[in-house]
Parts: sequence; C-alpha cells; structure tokens
Amino acid sequence: MQRLIIRRAIGYVPTILFVTMFVFSFLLLLPLEPTALLVGTEEGATPERLEKFRKELGYDKPIPVQYVRWVKGVFTGDWGRSLRTRERITVELRNRMVPTLELAIGSWLVTILVALPVGIYSAARPNTVGDNTGTVFAIAGVALPNFWFAILMIYLFGVILGWLPTNGYVSPWVDPVENLRRMIMPVIVAGTSSVASIMRQTRSAMLEVLREDYVRTAHAKGLSEQKVLIRHALRNGLIPVVTIMGFQIANLLGGAAVVETIFNIPGLGQFAIQGAILVDIPVVQGVLLVFGTSVVLVNFGIDILYAFLDPRVRYT
Amino acid sequence: MGTSKNIIISNIVNRWIKGSVVRRTVHRPIHAVSAVIVLLIILMAITAPLISTHDPVDVNLREIHEGPSLNHWLGTDDLGRDLASRLFFGARVSIQVGFIAVGIAVGLGTPIGLLAGFRGGLVDEIIMRIMDAILVIPALVLALGITAALGAGLNNVMMAIGFTNIPIYARLTRGQVLAAREFDYVTAARATGVGGIRIAFRHILPNTFAPIIVSGAIAVSFAILTEAALSFLGVGIPPPAPSWGSMLQLGAEFMEENPIESFAPGIAIFITVLAVNLLGDGLREGLDPKLRGR
Repeated sequence: MQRLIIRRAIGYVPTILFVTMFVFSFLLLLPLEPTALLVGTEEGATPERLEKFRKELGYDKPIPVQYVRWVKGVFTGDWGRSLRTRERITVELRNRMVPTLELAIGSWLVTILVALPVGIYSAARPNTVGDNTGTVFAIAGVALPNFWFAILMIYLFGVILGWLPTNGYVSPWVDPVENLRRMIMPVIVAGTSSVASIMRQTRSAMLEVLREDYVRTAHAKGLSEQKVLIRHALRNGLIPVVTIMGFQIANLLGGAAVVETIFNIPGLGQFAIQGAILVDIPVVQGVLLVFGTSVVLVNFGIDILYAFLDPRVRYT
Repeated sequence: MGTSKNIIISNIVNRWIKGSVVRRTVHRPIHAVSAVIVLLIILMAITAPLISTHDPVDVNLREIHEGPSLNHWLGTDDLGRDLASRLFFGARVSIQVGFIAVGIAVGLGTPIGLLAGFRGGLVDEIIMRIMDAILVIPALVLALGITAALGAGLNNVMMAIGFTNIPIYARLTRGQVLAAREFDYVTAARATGVGGIRIAFRHILPNTFAPIIVSGAIAVSFAILTEAALSFLGVGIPPPAPSWGSMLQLGAEFMEENPIESFAPGIAIFITVLAVNLLGDGLREGLDPKLRGR
C-alpha cells in the first residue's frame, strides 16, 4: 500500500510540472506585454516607467529564465501581484479559498446524493418509466445552462417567494445558519450539471455488474434485492464511477466559478473571472494553478481510494 | 494500396447512405425529434439573414422592452433591438462555435492520440501527462483565461474552447489505438511489412471514427454551453454582436418588466444543447450495433 501511494505520487509530478508550464505560458499569449497593460492603467507609458516594470517583473530575460524564476516564486510563496491592484495574489487566494471549498464540497455532495440513488434505481429497473424519467431529468440538468438556472432560482426563491437571500456570502464561523441559507441555491445550481454524467455512469456500471454470476448467486441464496444491490453489486459497480468523479471535480470548479459570480460569492472562481475581464493575467494564473493542483490532489486521493475498493489494483 | 482507403471510405459512406446508420440513429422517437431540431437550428443559423425581419444590432430607443407583436415576433430588448432577429443570428454564433471548436479539438487531438498510442514508451508518457495537465484545469476557467489573454472575439473563443477539448480526443484515440493494436488484422498488416504510419492511418484510424463522432456530438453541446457562459460573463463574443449568452445576461436585468428577453435565449440554449446531446445518444446506438436494445 505504501509503495503504491509513493508510486502514484511520483506519477503526478510530471502532471504538476506541465500544469505550471502551461499556466506560465499564459503570459506569452498576451498580444502585448503585461507591462504595457500595467503602465497603461496609471499615468501613462513613459519609456522609463516601462523599462522599470520590465526589470521589476523580469520580462527583459529570456523566456526559460522567466519560467524558472516564476516557478521558484510559486514554490516560495511569491505568486506575483495583481496588475491592477498591485496586491499580493497569495493573500487574496487564501481569503477566497473557504467559500469555494464550501461550494465545491456542497455541490459534490448534491451530485452524489442525487446521482447514485437514481443511477442504482435505473439499473435495477432498466427501461421502466422511473428509469426513463431519471434519464430525461438528468440530461435536462446538463442542458440547462447553470447561469440561467441560477437566475431562475434567484427570481423564484429570492424575488417572488422571498425565502432566501439572493447574493453575498457569510462565513460559517460567523453565522452558520445564514451561511447555509446563502449557500443552498449556489450549491444546488453548481451540483445539477454533474448529476447526469455520474448517474448514467452509475447506471451502466451497475447494469454491467448485475449481469455477473455472483449477483445471480446472491439472488439465488435468497438475499433481499436491497442486500444484493447494496452489499454485492454496488461495491464493484462504484469502481468506474469513482474515476468519473475525479474528472467531475474540474467541471464542478468551473461551474462554481460561474455560480460564484452570479451569487456574488467571494471565491476563487469569481476572482478568476474578474481577473479575466480586466486582463489581469497573474490573477488568472494564480487561480488556474490552485484549481489544477487541487484537481490533481483529488485524483491522487481517488487513486488511493481505488486501491481500497479494488484489491486487484493493490497487488499489481 | 491506394484504393484501400477509398474502399474504407466508400464503405462508410455506403452504410450512411443505405441508411442503416441513419435509421438506427433515429430509431427511437426522441432521437428522431432531436435530429430534426438540430437540423432546424442549423438551418436557422444558415438562413439568419433571410428570415430575420430586422437588423440584429439596430438600436431603436422608441421601441424598448416591447412584448411579442407582428412587427417584433419576440419583442424587443432594452435598446429596442428585435429579439427574434438576434436569436436567429445568435444561432450562427452557437452553431459555428460548436462545430468549429470541436473540429479544432478533433483535428489536433486525434493525431496526438494516434502518435501517443502508436509510439508508446516515453513519447506516450510525455504526451499523456501534458494532456492530463490540460484536463485538470476546469475547462470553463481555462477557456476564460485563454480568451482573456488573446482578447474577446469569435475566433479566439473557438480556439480557446477547441484547445480545452483536445485531451478528450487524444485520450479517446489513444485508447482505440491501444485496443486496435492487439487486433489480428493489425498484426497481419504488420507481418506483411506494412509501415507504422500506414497502419496507423489506414488500419487503425477508421476504427476510431464511431467513438469520435459520438463524443463529438456531446462535445458540440458543451462547446455551445461554454460559449454562452463566456459571453454571459462578458468575455466571449463582444457586444453588440448577438450571442445567446450575452442576450441572456442583458435580459436577466429585466426579468420583471419583460421576461421573454431572458427566456428566449435561455430556452434557445437549453433546447439546442438538449437536442445535440440526445442526437449524440442516438448516434451511439446508430454507430455501434452492439448497443442496440440496451
């Protein structure tokens, strides 16, 4: 087990390395140097000011040198400053971590709590009315743009019914009840779009498993259907679903960015979107880096979970 | 040997024309309906200049927030622009982005996956780790960042969305190649001295068509959603050009006065994405006989 964990961890090192290269190269995409943008926002681009900023940011060096310098900064906690506000990006990133984490975990739970039972039910009763209804709703959930869904929810529950506050964030440490009231809608909106893929994956994986001999044996032993489904089939059926969940995390974070913007939640995604609108590339880079590494970490965790679920993985 | 490729292609074309694929694809009513809807939306996009009654960017401040009428089929927005015409032209944006972005992704991802699967070893390892690095970054935020860096606009949006989809096709193609490498006919081709590149393109690539088309349909629907989201957020298609996403964003402010301003583009996105998605489902059944009846 320990060896497996170490091997997997090493396996993710190149991925992280490529993520940093990739996020770094964003600066190279800009049609003009970030320095020009920076100077442009203030009293104007005198050649001396431009030169000063070029030196300060290291843009006078060749690209590989810039990259090494940037990566060194990333690992030593210097993620640069916002081109607009000149604030340290790490400070803002740290402050915005909690709302996004809450939104991500919440929407992930929503996804699982809806998708797994519906998927299992659909597989146990394939091609029935219940199965088809589940599928239709799941696909509708994918097709419904999350930003429109959010607006409709705000209008219905916030404006017409007046049940829930429509925007803003209150820390759970300050007021847990108010926090929940403000997070219910964002969490449901962000979770909905992922339900379909997990539900359908669960359905097809369970269908596959339910055809196995050992499931028939379990039935023949006279076990209740519930026991067969949960104890025997689900454990194997979950294996491919767990993989899909890892990838869904990236999707959830993307959806969370939109949701944060609409509900005005001061999270990482909102920061990235604001940064993108203002062409504040270091901000976008910072968020991309956090998102990329988080998804890698989640996938690493899932690899380990996989080994617990599937003994075959452990011994190869 | 030059004819073998033609034979493969003509076989595929034959299957399509004879209708076995098409027939199986639209076998279930829901898939047939979605196929018709997708065709109608494409038609709407192509004929937008003909069927529009007004210029989609024409501002008329004397006719703002109007409800549906004979003159303005779906009413007007906050600048008095004709909603129906904007919706038609918005279809152009969505359809273009959907197909071209996925085209870019398939065009780049497939050769990359072919190379990785075929060469194996270190090349494969490096390529796939790069693909992973793209995959772990949320596609929407990545597309947003790329569009922001390159500047808003239709071409940049298509490139950004296309780029985020490359790993999907690289992985898919690689998987197919790895599976196909073990097939007897590939071993046979290799044994008769056929070169690597030729095996890759003549013998393995045609096998990847079906899964690429199926996942392509799903990817088109996601590309349409992503463009709408980017335009909604204000980093996609710059105004005043009509995009369903930016129309929805504008219309949402006038939810109480004139709900159709946000409902029209919202429903347009919903139906398009739903239909393309379901058509993808139908294609899966159409192209893979093994899945029939499942």
